Amino acid sequence: MSKYPTIGESLRHQGISRRDFLKFCTAVASIMALPAAMIPKIAEALEGTPKQSAIWLSFQECTGCTESLTRSHAPTLEGLILDLISLDYHHTLQAAAGTAAESAREAAMQGNKGNYLVIVDGSIPLGNLGYSTIAGISNVDMLKEVVAGAKAVVAVGTCAAYGGIPHAAPNPTGAVSVESLITDKPIINIPGCPPIPMVIAGVVAHFVTFGQLPHLDSLKRPLSFFGQTIHDRCYRRPFYDKGLFAESFDDEGAKQGWCLYKLGCKGPVTYNACATTKWNDGVSFPIESGHGCLGCSEPDFWDAGSFYKPLAVPISGVIKATTGYALAAGAAVGVASGAINRLKRYQARQDHETVTITDLERNPK
Amino acid sequence: MNYIEFLLWVRGPAFQIAIAVLVFGISFRLLEILLLGRSPEYAAPRGSAVWGGFRTLLTRTLSEESIFRRAPLVIIAGYVFHLGLFIVILLLVPHILVFKDLLGFSWSGLPTPLIDAIAVITLLALFILLINRIKHPVLRFLSTSADYFAWVITFLPLLTGYMAYHHMVNPYPFILGLHILSVEILMIFFPFTKLMHAFTLVIARWYNGANAGHKGVQA
Repeated sequence: MSKYPTIGESLRHQGISRRDFLKFCTAVASIMALPAAMIPKIAEALEGTPKQSAIWLSFQECTGCTESLTRSHAPTLEGLILDLISLDYHHTLQAAAGTAAESAREAAMQGNKGNYLVIVDGSIPLGNLGYSTIAGISNVDMLKEVVAGAKAVVAVGTCAAYGGIPHAAPNPTGAVSVESLITDKPIINIPGCPPIPMVIAGVVAHFVTFGQLPHLDSLKRPLSFFGQTIHDRCYRRPFYDKGLFAESFDDEGAKQGWCLYKLGCKGPVTYNACATTKWNDGVSFPIESGHGCLGCSEPDFWDAGSFYKPLAVPISGVIKATTGYALAAGAAVGVASGAINRLKRYQARQDHETVTITDLERNPK
Repeated sequence: MNYIEFLLWVRGPAFQIAIAVLVFGISFRLLEILLLGRSPEYAAPRGSAVWGGFRTLLTRTLSEESIFRRAPLVIIAGYVFHLGLFIVILLLVPHILVFKDLLGFSWSGLPTPLIDAIAVITLLALFILLINRIKHPVLRFLSTSADYFAWVITFLPLLTGYMAYHHMVNPYPFILGLHILSVEILMIFFPFTKLMHAFTLVIARWYNGANAGHKGVQA
């Protein structure tokens, strides 16, 4: 049996009432888009389940993902989610340091072999393994070592999911995503820069409750949060359909809250739940604050051209030069072809033999 | 390649290739035609070649009544799909943004649902013309694979655009990418198919009109 207390025990120990616990289960059901009939089952499962051991690995990252999870107002779902799991190793949050920290990781790996959850934020550099190390262990070695005994891997944030900003051209560290290195374990991506805390919480809750990862899309993201684009659920969508657009960030259209498509909003190609779950305890999301979506939960969002160029516009900045060269090359070939045609005509004239009526007469023999 | 990488590719390198081929092809073919020159006119002029040229440029825009009576369907559907294409290409806001980025100036667009309706009408007109081409014995006899190819590469951008707007294929970035790719295919083949008529029609009309104008006869 696990050395961990069950989730029910742990919550009661913290003075959380049965009523609050059921509220929490309701919230878990609702964020995972499960029917209300599932709530008692969730409660039952969580009550008797030991806390899930989780090892959080931070590689080439900015700690924004951790900030996203922890900077929520207590007591919240995100706060409670930490009661679902036993966070056995996390650089930023753990008290231990140095050898003690690393032995906590090793103890969790040995004690829960085959059952622990690995949460990764940050990309992994392959250009030079020395670019990012922890306790002298390179990121790629630590990832492979820890994931070997894991039940599943959660790649939190765009860097872990798709390489993110370190992966952006020219990718000086040779940064790669978790899924490009790990092929033999279930992986779930929760991209976003940072990802929505409720989504992290929802996925972990789903894993703890059902013992498996939720349904995923083609980019391994949970469908319940990444099933629709920002544009699909945007409250400014009616303005897009009417053709009412802000032309700059302080014109009348912007003040009226019109669509930000012309100002480079990437909402139409960005799958995420910002427009529905929102940020800062449901206060708002970027478009509500007057700025277009950057598309941060999609691969290569940093390489998709300017954030302020409309989605329809070509990305490359050297189109004018290309067009100029193409025009010149076309003209050169055109002139050459014209010269060849003239030469042919001249040749035809030269070869033309004058025929007289006598030539055409039959030779009387 | 995931769908986002595909979208980035069509918005980036693929567009670069397409516009290079388009500009190269148009300048090459126009120069090639213009450099052919015209044979010297020995007859004394009986009218103005310039006036005749201009007049024909305009008059050829409308069909002769007798011709119209013989094939009203082709002419009406032809008008509908040409006008529809102009409206859809030039007056949809995301398209205008592309022109603004490339040309540096812009104009105002129409509401998207209106463009959507026009796109449907344009698609129908193109479809009617294809059916007619296949059913009509003479037209079918005269049609080559190049005619069907030109039809397909004109039809696809409209179809994929319609499908993208209505989210008929998931994920949306994939169908948006397909739409842009279909336009790039059109751009690449444009100068080397009969679609080049968008430019050569001016030369051809002028040539006929000026010839007739010089001789003082109706073009």
